[in-house]
Amino acid sequence: MITIDTPAATGVEPRRPPGLMRVALRMWRTRIGLAIVALLCAIALFGRFFAPYGEREAVGLPFKVSGTTRLDSMFGSAKVGHDVWTRFLYGGKPILIAAVLATLLALVLGTTIGLIAAYNRGKLDDVLMRAMDVILALPQIIAALIVISMFGASNLLIILTVGISTVPRIARVVRGAAVSVVERDFVAAAESIGESRLHILRSELLPNIAAPLLVEANLRLTFSIGLIAGIAFLGFTADPGAANWGLMINENRAGLNGAQHWGVTLPVIAIALLTIGTGLVGDGLSRAAAGIDRAKGDA
Amino acid sequence: MDVAVTISNLRIEVAGSGADIVDDVNLTIAPGEVLGLVGESGSGKTTVGLAVLGHARRGVKLAGGAVTIGDAAMLELGDVALRHARGRLVTYVPQDPSTALNPALRINKQLIEVLEFHDFGGSDEARQERVVEVMSEVLLPSTPTFLRRYPHQLSGGQQQRVGLAMAFACRPAVIVLDEPTTGLDVSTQAHVLTTIRELCHAHKVAALYVTHDLAVVANLADYVAVMYAGRIIEQGPAQELFLNPCHPYTRHLIAAAPDMSTDSEMVGLTGRAPAPGRRPVGCSFAKRCELATDECRAEFPAEREVAPGRLARCIRPFEVPERTQHVAVHSSPIAASATHALMVRDVSASYTRHQVVHNVDLHVDRGECVALVGESGSGKTTLSRSIGGLHHEWTGEILLGSERLAHSARDRTTAQRLRIQYVFQNPYSSLQPRRMIGDSVARPLIIGGASKTEAARKVGEMLERVALTAGYANRFPDQLSGGERQRVAIARALVSRPEVLVCDEVTSALDVLVQASIVELLGELRRDLGLAMLFVTHNLPLVASIADQIAVLADGKLVESGPTERVLRYPEAEYTKRLIADTPQISELTER
Amino acid sequence: MSNNWGVLRFIARRLALGLLTLLVVSLVVFAATQLLPSDPATAILGRNATENSVNALRTQLGLDRSAFSQYTHWLNGIVTGDPGDSFNARIPILDYIGDRVVNSLFLLVLASVVSIPLSLWLGGYTARKRDTVFDNVTSNTMLALASLPEFVVGIILVLVFSLRIWHVMPAVSTIDIGEGPWSDMRGMVLPTATLVIGAVPYISRVVRASMIEVLESDYVEMARLKGAPEKVVLWRHALPNSLGPVFQVIALNIAYFAAGVIVVESLFNYPGIGGALRDSVRVRDIPVIQFLVMVLAAVYVITNLAADVATVLVTPRLRTRIQ
Repeated sequence: MITIDTPAATGVEPRRPPGLMRVALRMWRTRIGLAIVALLCAIALFGRFFAPYGEREAVGLPFKVSGTTRLDSMFGSAKVGHDVWTRFLYGGKPILIAAVLATLLALVLGTTIGLIAAYNRGKLDDVLMRAMDVILALPQIIAALIVISMFGASNLLIILTVGISTVPRIARVVRGAAVSVVERDFVAAAESIGESRLHILRSELLPNIAAPLLVEANLRLTFSIGLIAGIAFLGFTADPGAANWGLMINENRAGLNGAQHWGVTLPVIAIALLTIGTGLVGDGLSRAAAGIDRAKGDA
Repeated sequence: MDVAVTISNLRIEVAGSGADIVDDVNLTIAPGEVLGLVGESGSGKTTVGLAVLGHARRGVKLAGGAVTIGDAAMLELGDVALRHARGRLVTYVPQDPSTALNPALRINKQLIEVLEFHDFGGSDEARQERVVEVMSEVLLPSTPTFLRRYPHQLSGGQQQRVGLAMAFACRPAVIVLDEPTTGLDVSTQAHVLTTIRELCHAHKVAALYVTHDLAVVANLADYVAVMYAGRIIEQGPAQELFLNPCHPYTRHLIAAAPDMSTDSEMVGLTGRAPAPGRRPVGCSFAKRCELATDECRAEFPAEREVAPGRLARCIRPFEVPERTQHVAVHSSPIAASATHALMVRDVSASYTRHQVVHNVDLHVDRGECVALVGESGSGKTTLSRSIGGLHHEWTGEILLGSERLAHSARDRTTAQRLRIQYVFQNPYSSLQPRRMIGDSVARPLIIGGASKTEAARKVGEMLERVALTAGYANRFPDQLSGGERQRVAIARALVSRPEVLVCDEVTSALDVLVQASIVELLGELRRDLGLAMLFVTHNLPLVASIADQIAVLADGKLVESGPTERVLRYPEAEYTKRLIADTPQISELTER
Repeated sequence: MSNNWGVLRFIARRLALGLLTLLVVSLVVFAATQLLPSDPATAILGRNATENSVNALRTQLGLDRSAFSQYTHWLNGIVTGDPGDSFNARIPILDYIGDRVVNSLFLLVLASVVSIPLSLWLGGYTARKRDTVFDNVTSNTMLALASLPEFVVGIILVLVFSLRIWHVMPAVSTIDIGEGPWSDMRGMVLPTATLVIGAVPYISRVVRASMIEVLESDYVEMARLKGAPEKVVLWRHALPNSLGPVFQVIALNIAYFAAGVIVVESLFNYPGIGGALRDSVRVRDIPVIQFLVMVLAAVYVITNLAADVATVLVTPRLRTRIQ
């Protein structure tokens, strides 16, 4: 009765389009971004093992210009007579780790809240999104400063504050993306056979908002790096004696009037490269996501 | 012969790759004549329509040939000349007026600006008078209050009439209509079609009517051209073409078209037209054609006159593929038992206190197909979703066998949920895109407590049952065509061996050949598995070949129900009579 | 006309919602300061102060009253324009930061006036010249700039324009409080530029995306097929429909400026609320912090409200629905 037209019969094997990450990796911007991020992560995490001096070791007079061109002493000294190169090698880790942890925290909470709001609609949605609005009304850096003013600058607090103040931004994006997914029939199909709410959130909705979520997560990581470095730049760090790129810029501005600029220039370049690197990766991801969605729209 | 527009050797390519979207298209239209350009989605018919206005969408290139209107060569004109030709010499009526009218401008402004662009009328007063005049030509009110409205304040039919008014405003020589009645109810469609026909004939406008709907063309066009994979495979006077098609593809299209008045069942055809860049050297239909010979595959047949006034690209014109001669086998329900498989008693449903279904009673027996027919807004989908437990705001009783069903699917037992299954309208949205077909189909079994290996075995069987292969289990939805996806959705619905199957407009997103093969499949499965089927649709002719009983829903009320043949031949309710009269059909052509 | 009533009712409802948000913010801020581990009076007077003097100060500051009473007193003060005294400076908050608010506002307005038209032009132009060399170069530059934190931008500007390469701009602002920032416009250049560079990538990207979406729409294609001249297509058919998202992102960026000034002011020693906030955080000057937070939250609520209303006004579909 029915002639079977399988690909074997037609001889054309339809190819499945590759995943988001692989599409993104075809673009040079993503590759360059990843290379930059990898380099700076390596410096931030392992640079300390190659430092010529100790983190808090005074090696001479403050803001002294180096006469040599050897890497381990060419950048001269910083405030309190620290070695600029050593402080640089030590100063990335606190920012990087805090930013990653804060983003992860925000990602988990924001995704959960966004998905629940999108799936349940109605009152729960209203209450959750109003609560998000309240958090949004406090600029992130202000929220961080209030908490620091009350409890002092501890790493845990900075991570918590930056993370929580990022939650509503992720929740909004997730909800926005998920609302249109909830409307699609496969969710109704899952409901009609009695799938649990958890299954619907995790296995029906989440995989279908992965692309915008990944892009947003990357954007938030970029922001959190800037924010945490910025807080340090304002002079608030858990340990004022420890090396930190943001704090270095602040401390060593005094040297700019003289000839010693490396104490500022090195960390500025590092933070700039790191954020541009994550930005490039994010842009690659979002271009890949747009391309994937467009291909789907044409089908 | 007097000619308004000539299209010759038109070739349109994908920009960059140079793959042909449209090739070797030749058409002429006389003033006052309506030419129906028929094709399935992706056949290139809209692309040809836009080329008549010298327009190509992004990524598409007008690569060769000519479009001549009067003395204007549309593909050669410079920017300014082209702008003056568009909207005055040749105009366009879009497919979806709700997106094609500017949401930020009042309709008066959108009408009057066409006249301004082309200095029509000479003064503001004259132009305003012309707007009023053309509004009455398209049978819309022309009061200032109406003209001050924004597009979203109009109904779909009114929006499309504004589109027509814009197209006729400057009294063009040629008008291109791109599926202008898709998405309109049949009665609105009938009125809009009448307006189009009358205006074209009265003002001697040549019309190119682009559509996938054979029945509409049969009732509107003087001349018909059929497109397949970017080429015109057959053209000729409408009546002759429909009564005696010469290309096997046209025969398949007609055999697949639903019709109320014939006894034969719809016959589908699987496979799909080759996409640009993948088209064979020979006839692009050869792969699906049972008459194809080696000669067909070697070279694309040139267009030639196969009978007086009939042009076709086929070396075996007028031969009849066996499959298109299929004759009806209507089934009667398996011996009725005491209880109905599904029983709906006094059900009313509402959306946030706005009642959309009023006291409906109906029942479906084992092995029986009941069609629930209604136009958009009739409440048919709300009712069927209430039965499926997807809509919760309803009162009354829904009985599955002898068990009373809870309002929401969540409150029903697992067994109940699996005994009644739902197939959705749009196969592009009913399968989770990131999950493999096999896993999607297996979910009802897993929920029912089946083991993974048992589920996998049953999934394989079921996929074969819906005319796919077990190998489909390892694919993702985006690797499948629309028809294949709908088969998967049917497999998922049937894998847990339900007693009741609710089909909600399951073919409305599909092309006509695919629609026919899905309807064939459903009929077969119903007979073999003894399913009780509730077939929800707006498409009355479709019902004729599948349903035993018809229930007609209008404004949420059941206006008529009874055996299919009785309802279609001797409708009792006024509403049903009007619905049948307004539904265009190919078989009406002989009566014209 | 009923039309206007609908819009007014809509504004009233959004305003009420905004006030509710501010009320909740005030509760959160107040509750947060209640959690403070140390006693403000002790903090002000130092650890060596006598118990008597601490108690006297507690009474003076109202710290001996119930939390609820303190809250209503504080809220009442803010609403009536008397937010109390600074712990640190021991003068009324408005006297302490009044001039600073003016300075910050001037910086914010200046940054907005420069960045908004620039972004509109850039976004609109790149949308029309999509995929040209200019568009690609601009979008990559904007991408890089968007990633940079504002203090990094500021430092780079200082390095380039005042300290290391060209010595054309002052590295720090020399404005005295109360003098008015307009007295030293040269000192405004780098702080403004820092904020502008932070905002333009975001606004122009949204303008570009919104414009492209509209240019690809069916009604713009229809306008072209009606024979509309390109100028009419852009200004009559495309622009009005692309404004909604643009208003939203502008509002978001003004709110962002309000926060961005904190870092930028600190960087350039600009005497605004940013410096005041940072100093207040250092010395735990709670009333000043509370007041500034409320001011910034109000800026956020008001700009969002304005954007929502503006979006409704340019979108007939929304405007007629709320009638």
